[in-house]
Amino acid sequence: MRKYIRFLVPLMIMLIAVMLSGCSDQYVVLDPKGPIGESQKDLIWITVWLCAIILVPVLILTAIIVWRYRDKKDNKAGYQPNWEHSTKLETIWWAIPIIIIAILATVTIKYTYDLEPSKPLESAKQPITIEATSLDWKWLFTYPDEGISTVNYLQIPEDTPIRFRVTADQAMNSFWIPQLGGQIYAMSGMAMTLYLQADEVGDFLGMGANFTGEQFAKMTFNVKSTSDADYRAWVDSVKQTSPALTEEGFKELKLPGSSEQQTFSAFPKGLFDQVVMQYVGPNGIDAPNSGKKSGPVHDAEGGHDTQSPTTTDEAKS
Amino acid sequence: MFKEFWDFLMNDFFITGDPLILGAQVSIGLSMVAIVIALTYFKKWRWLWTEWLTTVDHKKIGIMYVIAALLMLFRGGVDALLIRTQLAVPQLEFLHAGHYNAIFTTHGVIMILFMAMPLMFGLFNIVVPLQIGARDVAFPYLNSLSFWLFFFGAMLFNVSFVIGGSPDAGWLAYPPLSELSGSPGLGQDFYIWGIQISGIGSLASGINFVVTILKMRAPGMKLMQMPMFTWSVLSSSITIMFAFPILTVTLFLLFIDRYLGAHFFTLDGGGNPMMYVNLIWMWGHPEVYIVILPAFGVFSDVVSTFSKKKLFGYKSMVFALMSISFFSFFTWLHHFFTMGSGADVNAFFAVTTMLIAIPTGVKVFNWLFTMFRGRITFSQPMLWTIAFIPCFVVGGMTGVMLSVAPADFQFHNSYFLIAHFHQVLIGGVVFGYFAGLYYWWPKMFGFKLHDGLGKWAFWLWNIGFYVCFMPQYALGLMGMTRRFNEYNFDLGWQPLNIVSTVGAFIMGLGFIFQVWQIAHSIKFLKKEKSGDAWGEGRTLEWSIPSPAPMYNFAHLPEVTSSDEWWEEKQRRAKGIQPKAPGPLEPIHMPKNSGIPFIMSVFFFIAGFGFVWHWTWMIVPGLIGVACCLFARSFDYDPDYYIPVDEIERTEAALKGVR
Amino acid sequence: MAHTVTPHGGHGHNDHGHHDDHHDHESIKVLGFWMFLITDVILFGTLFATFSVLHNSTNGGPTPHEMFEMPGVIAETFILLTSSFTSGIAVLQMHKGNKKGLIGWLIITALLGASFIFLEVSEFIKMVDEGVTIGTSGYWSAFFTLVGTHGLHVSVGLCWMVGLMIQIGKHGINSVTKRKVTIVSLYWHFLDVVWIFVLTVVYLMGVM
Repeated sequence: MRKYIRFLVPLMIMLIAVMLSGCSDQYVVLDPKGPIGESQKDLIWITVWLCAIILVPVLILTAIIVWRYRDKKDNKAGYQPNWEHSTKLETIWWAIPIIIIAILATVTIKYTYDLEPSKPLESAKQPITIEATSLDWKWLFTYPDEGISTVNYLQIPEDTPIRFRVTADQAMNSFWIPQLGGQIYAMSGMAMTLYLQADEVGDFLGMGANFTGEQFAKMTFNVKSTSDADYRAWVDSVKQTSPALTEEGFKELKLPGSSEQQTFSAFPKGLFDQVVMQYVGPNGIDAPNSGKKSGPVHDAEGGHDTQSPTTTDEAKS
Repeated sequence: MFKEFWDFLMNDFFITGDPLILGAQVSIGLSMVAIVIALTYFKKWRWLWTEWLTTVDHKKIGIMYVIAALLMLFRGGVDALLIRTQLAVPQLEFLHAGHYNAIFTTHGVIMILFMAMPLMFGLFNIVVPLQIGARDVAFPYLNSLSFWLFFFGAMLFNVSFVIGGSPDAGWLAYPPLSELSGSPGLGQDFYIWGIQISGIGSLASGINFVVTILKMRAPGMKLMQMPMFTWSVLSSSITIMFAFPILTVTLFLLFIDRYLGAHFFTLDGGGNPMMYVNLIWMWGHPEVYIVILPAFGVFSDVVSTFSKKKLFGYKSMVFALMSISFFSFFTWLHHFFTMGSGADVNAFFAVTTMLIAIPTGVKVFNWLFTMFRGRITFSQPMLWTIAFIPCFVVGGMTGVMLSVAPADFQFHNSYFLIAHFHQVLIGGVVFGYFAGLYYWWPKMFGFKLHDGLGKWAFWLWNIGFYVCFMPQYALGLMGMTRRFNEYNFDLGWQPLNIVSTVGAFIMGLGFIFQVWQIAHSIKFLKKEKSGDAWGEGRTLEWSIPSPAPMYNFAHLPEVTSSDEWWEEKQRRAKGIQPKAPGPLEPIHMPKNSGIPFIMSVFFFIAGFGFVWHWTWMIVPGLIGVACCLFARSFDYDPDYYIPVDEIERTEAALKGVR
Repeated sequence: MAHTVTPHGGHGHNDHGHHDDHHDHESIKVLGFWMFLITDVILFGTLFATFSVLHNSTNGGPTPHEMFEMPGVIAETFILLTSSFTSGIAVLQMHKGNKKGLIGWLIITALLGASFIFLEVSEFIKMVDEGVTIGTSGYWSAFFTLVGTHGLHVSVGLCWMVGLMIQIGKHGINSVTKRKVTIVSLYWHFLDVVWIFVLTVVYLMGVM
């Protein structure tokens, strides 16, 4: 047992040292720059401390028991080979986890409602809508309010709630900007809503977090948070200098493959909704009786947790 | 004609143009030739057929499961090392993206379904009938069929490495990526049929062990007197019965989507890909409890044996096992909190997930208090058990952290998750099965494994484990997502990735030490003379010789306690001799049968045909399966009696050894 | 099969001959079959779940309302229910030791089962002729899979019964054939119950 400790202690210290040696701001999840990420960080620490209440004593207890009751000739510790039950003791250790879990469950339920992704953020400013589409294998961002569009990067104004609408063209992805807050799935045929906000100016890492196929690793993107003025200036310059994204251009963009960052001064109107509704046929959801083979219609009523494309946003926001 | 065939072979059938795979093809070819030559030269074909391929003896089937599982551990481990190498130095493009995706997919599938499951069934087979004082499982013929279905399913899956192409849509193959639109290749079909065929075998095993435990216990053994490992097998088998049909259906639906153009999970035609995600986790979550519960059972038996003390809190332990297996069916959604199902649904599944921590925590306390006021010897099985406790407690805690739905939005699919499930699966399942393997090895083969080499392996595995996976928690908090084959150097992920890779190779070294340990122990064989190899055996399996004779127990034992053999030894120490058993009687045993093997070959043929859409191959395959079923049904003489004088001879010979 | 002294069964094993042993065996096999039925319930349960998730996903194509022809379905239902009844009579005949009666009623059961399959297959063929296939939409994928899986179960049961009749012809009524008939009739009743659910969930709720 001594060997165990002799080996492990320096090793653990070394590991911890290596992990902490990177500047702490590398731990993006624990270094949030927005209100959602901030609450999630708080919640993570609450769970860590609650878990530690059990974890630390159990680890110490394990070490003590294993050491004290080892089979040695002159071991003076008690030996009771038939002691197999104690109602008092067992009640205690049924009770401890039950209490901890009860506390944790209460906290979790509260936060689950607070941090429901589609819940709007409280702010004096009007939220900006940005639509994120996961294509094979690049992110297309469209700004319906500004009429501009980008590929594989985002620019947002600080201190302003952003209402992301997220979908996927093909494979399921997940939209994640760790420093702003947690992720949400990007699913074909559905428009998910996620509110995030950056509290300061800076560059943040964003990525697709669910495997989408061959060049999935190329789906990272940069999120640049700037002041309102810089954001406006950027929007204006995009409008003046960049080419427009046409229907043709989008068809090309959709083809499987990775992409550099791109900027477009315009995009086809309603492009995002087109992607969401692409499998809903010309007859729409309301015409199920229009004859055979009339084209695909998305499951209107939905099943269990599937929302139909048209109702998701209304239901959620 | 010939040229066309040749072109087909070279372009479509075999995977060509990759040096790594070419190497594998050549070595597979050569080793197959070598095996055939060796079997012919040593005239072992008949031996192979009569002793192994047709056997219905649970002990032999168990050994075959273990061997297959260790081979699969090797392949899955090599996959893991390839993944880690790529991630340590992504700049070198050691593996290109497509190849990397195939490798992490096969790593996951093999480790869970073709390593953990057979190792588990191996232990079930070897131990359960001996622990409950039975002469075989309830359905020995079905048991053999289960093994061969697993075996040929695993072969079908593995063959995709060199023929047709590996699956590369992740180990659970979410559609639409796994549909024809996302994965037009054959890899996904190999995935479906490999898992489907072996899954049927697993389902049958689940039924088999439930019935075995309910009906075949030795006279006097009440349910609440069963050894804890047997209880864990019961809870795991019940979970199999309820979970595996869901897998069967899910894979079947994905198959008809791909094969017949149905629209269950497609994007168009009204399909619903999210339904697949729900279904596969309705099986997938219970599945991880299926593999962990028997490990809990192993730890319970080992901990009380090597603390020389009764297991603490037997009733709590049983209740905890059963409640874990019950709750495991109500937590599946925690694998996709980020699907946006709404706060009500997420809160419900977050709480059900946390609830599982309660019985699990109680089990840990009970193990600790089994050691408390005991006398602990640090034998190899006990070492793995002691290492398991801190490892699993930490892994469990990170599991609780993941169950907090809004926090999971930040952990989901990151390396934090990867580190968590490897910690519970390696620290729990692998350590547990290793403990079980070391513990029952003398019972299986009649000799112990070398101690010194085993300790080397133990320390390498343990140190390697922490070096490999602790950095991955940190990487997760740095935002590293699973299944990335490359990352930007600016992100600062590389140092920790290199550390992690070093850890993986240390574990690989640990595995090499185990292989060496087995080879060394065989070479310098020290026959285990007494049946009670550890001297501290508590349960019935230690009351008979090692390895056990074919019929296990010449006389069926009468049971009065959960630690029957330990009590018996206490009684003998006090001078109370067991009452003399009655005269021997002929023992009713099942006959060997070649049908399970042949039927599984036909399953393989049909599955291979389905993968390639070759009707000319599917039809004979299915007809063959049907013929085997009929042949068995028409066999009215499937068993025989071992005469008394033969039992007497065997027993005398065994006593001579002792 | 291993020796089977269990706490429930053969205790005092002084004069326990082969007969006792066999009897115990057979009861274990019946229990195993019940376990199989549990897994089959889960299997059908999953198929029903997928069916109900997809019950509106007709993709703008034909609806069940347009396609279902209830007279055929009701005929199928009566045939299958009757066959369940006749299989029960077969078991009664078996307990009376009447080999001819047993085989006769089994033949009637099998014929009813075969006509059920015949009706179902013609229903499917008619649908395919009218352009509704498993690939038409999510709904029809679920429909053909669920109803087809039940049909496949019935067909397997038919083959099994035919095999069993030959075996009874050869070996007569003994503990093994008795157990086999018990299991087959258990299976047959089970399929009947599943069909009631198919009728309700798929057909009746489909045309309502």
